[in-house]
Order: sequence, then structure tokens, then C-alpha cells
Amino acid sequence: MDITIKITDREGIVHEVQAPTDMAMNVMELCRSYELAPEGTIGVCGGMAMCASCQCYVLNDVALPEMGQDEDAMLAEAFYVKSNSRLGCQIPITVELDGLELELAPE
Amino acid sequence: MITTDILIIGAGPTGLFTVFEAGLLKLKCHIIDALPQQGGQLAELYPKKPIFDIPGFPSVLAGDLVTNLMEQIKQFQPGFTLNEKAETIQKLEDGTFIVTTNKGTEHHAKAVAIAGGLGSFEPRKPLIEDIAFYEDKGVEYFVKDPELFRDKRIVIAGGGDSALDWSIFLADVASHVTLVHRRNEFRGALDSVEKVQELKKAGKIHLVTPAEVTGIRGAERVEALDLEIDGAHSSIETDYFIPLFGLTPKLGAIANWGLEIEKNAIKVNNALDYQTNIEGIYAIGDINTYPGKLKLILCGFHEATLMCQSVFNKLNPGKKYVLKYTTVSGIDGFDGTRKEAEKQVVKSIE
Repeated sequence: MDITIKITDREGIVHEVQAPTDMAMNVMELCRSYELAPEGTIGVCGGMAMCASCQCYVLNDVALPEMGQDEDAMLAEAFYVKSNSRLGCQIPITVELDGLELELAPE
Repeated sequence: MITTDILIIGAGPTGLFTVFEAGLLKLKCHIIDALPQQGGQLAELYPKKPIFDIPGFPSVLAGDLVTNLMEQIKQFQPGFTLNEKAETIQKLEDGTFIVTTNKGTEHHAKAVAIAGGLGSFEPRKPLIEDIAFYEDKGVEYFVKDPELFRDKRIVIAGGGDSALDWSIFLADVASHVTLVHRRNEFRGALDSVEKVQELKKAGKIHLVTPAEVTGIRGAERVEALDLEIDGAHSSIETDYFIPLFGLTPKLGAIANWGLEIEKNAIKVNNALDYQTNIEGIYAIGDINTYPGKLKLILCGFHEATLMCQSVFNKLNPGKKYVLKYTTVSGIDGFDGTRKEAEKQVVKSIE
């Protein structure tokens, strides 16, 4: 089944997108599939929590998977980090994410 | 001036494999890369991570794939201009090209293959006011020549492998090494973390965590840095500030070469030979785009192969040639070596 996620891009435009839960996708890949950020500016490392180009801010209270060590360490080196920062590549799309609202961090 | 048949920009897997395919057609290659080593992303970002979709390798470490490619192309004696960025290109009247790097190295080639991946890797610069003013005046994003820091006071910022490794290395060079990181935890290789711990105990590295460099001071060059240590403000006198926050790829000067760019990638003719809108300049691997494009190493290998055939045909118009199979014809290196399959044994049974 598909779920709905609201993503504000780097220009401030809000996109309400349908995300498949059966394609082993993550939030970074979802953004790429809808071309919400130019190629080469998101998911640079391919999704290994090694570049922080998919950093996003979580805007509402939806239970997300716990942050792993890799993600935590990468965010410790990233710029524009806030208390609600996550790496999109480390958030798999599951039914629990329905209604999630995110904003892409600056490049 | 360096002269070659095909000048390849980018020493990632696609660029390296181009040397092999070109070599089979007796075309010589030279590669320019912004990084100090071959391998592109594979060597810089994830050398110890496995890749599972290289045909014939159920699993291969990215670093090992680079080593294997280097071994595979060795006999075709590629030249390398490393640690330099291709900056300008000039097309001569005879259709050949002169490509000059940011350090002024000139390359003359009959064809140019851009295999630049996501672009050349550039340092991620911290968001500190006036940092641009202090670049080359005490702020260094790379350690190009460690001797620059001999007997100087340096501050390194970052929490990954390069911050740890350079702190370790420069502990024996600089007079005073301070490592600043936002967390107490570092994400580098375990032995590097342990080594820094040892050097800290020995008083050779001054560790400041959890802290961040928030400002730079100095009239003409870096004299001191403002620090925020666990919420409190302080400052530290230093000769050099080396922020090591990783690298980010940028298309860079290539974007000004008159090539058709779409979505941060170079448009090519995929129905034929991956040539760009400028005759003689090709784009292969992750840096190109065309309908149906997939950014996969294996697609880069395919694109490199077709491109080399096209270059050969253009450089040798009318020359009869049929595609060779290496198992049948073997490989004749430019270094005089020959690899070939063992001859079949023909023997009668008594």
C-alpha cells in the first residue's frame, strides 16, 4: 500500500507525495524519485549515512525508527543540524510513517 | 605538454576501465583527477564497503575493485595527473583538444572522455563568517604539504577519519595540535580513535570536545579561533585552522565548457556513442544523462566500451576492424607484455 508524506523542499514548496511501502525505499530515495531536490544534491553517498546531503527536519510527531550510530555520528559533523534533524536515507518507508511531515535541510 | 589519444577526466571505475577498452584498440589514455588517488568515490567514500552488482563478483569491496581495475589496465600504461582539476578546454582547428588543469598542467588529446562521476570532490566548508577571507591565510581544507605545518600551532575540526588521521600524523610535525569536535565520540576507524586517545594522554594532541569553532580572528591571517565548548565561549591562539568536514561533489569548471547540462549531468547521444553536443568530447558513467540512464558502475563500463569504439572509428576513418574477443586474441600491452589463453592440447590417445 501507499502512504502519504508531506515534504517541504529547499525552496519552501510543500509536496504531498504518495510513497510505496513495498519497494524497500527510504525517505531520501522517495525525494529523489519525485525529484524534490536536484540530482547530485541529495543522496550523494547513495544512502550510507556518509554525506548528510539528505538531512531533513521532522516537523510532526510520527514515530520514527530509532537513530543508529552511523546516522548520529554523521549528524555530529553536518551543518544546519537541529534537534529534529534526521538523515532521510536512514528512514525506511513503512506504514507507520503515514502522515509524516518533513522539510529538507539546506544543501 | 602531456599528449595522449584519449584524455579521461575522472579516475573512478568508469574512467579506469576506459583505459582497458581503449588499450585493446591501441589507443593511449591519460587520466586527470582532483583527488590524490585513483578510484573516485569508491576510494574516497566507501573503500571498505561491499558492492554486490558487479557482474561475476558476488561481492567485492569498493577498494578491491579499484585495485583490480588498476591491475587490469596496468599493461596499457595510463598516465595520471592527480590532485589537479580540469579547468579549461580548447578545441584546436584539427579537432584535437588542449585541457589545462587548475595548476596549469596542459594535456593535448585527440578525444576527451568526461568520466567525472558526480563531479570533482570539493571540501565542505563550515558555516563560519569570513572564512573565505582566511582561505590560504591560515585556513586549509586539505593537508597537501605537511611541512607547511612544521613547528606551527594547528587546530583541526571534524569527527571522521581524515580529522583523526591528520591529527595523528601532524602530532609529530606541528608544535601544537588541537582537535575540535562537536561530540565526544568519533566515527573513524577504531585504531585511529585509539591512537588519538594515546596521543592525548601523552600530551601530543589537545582534544576539545564537545566543541565547535564559531569564529576566526586575525587582521591579515588566522591568529585565533573562537570556540564554543559545551555551551561556554572561549578562544584559542593558532597559526592554522584545518576544517575537515568531508567532501562534496561539484560539477565545477566543466559546467562552463559549453556542454549541454541537464539535472547536473551532461547530455549525451546514447543511441550511438555517448558523445556530447561538442564533437570529440564524450561523457560516460554517472556524469552523463540520457533517456533511461542508470547510475551504475556496470553501465559506466558498457558506455566506456562503446565510446572507445567510436573514438577508434573517428581517428581511423575507413580502417577495417572487427571486434576482438580477449580470450581469442589475447592482450598486447604497451609495455611489451602479452597475455593470452593457453593453447589447446592436441594429443592422440594410444
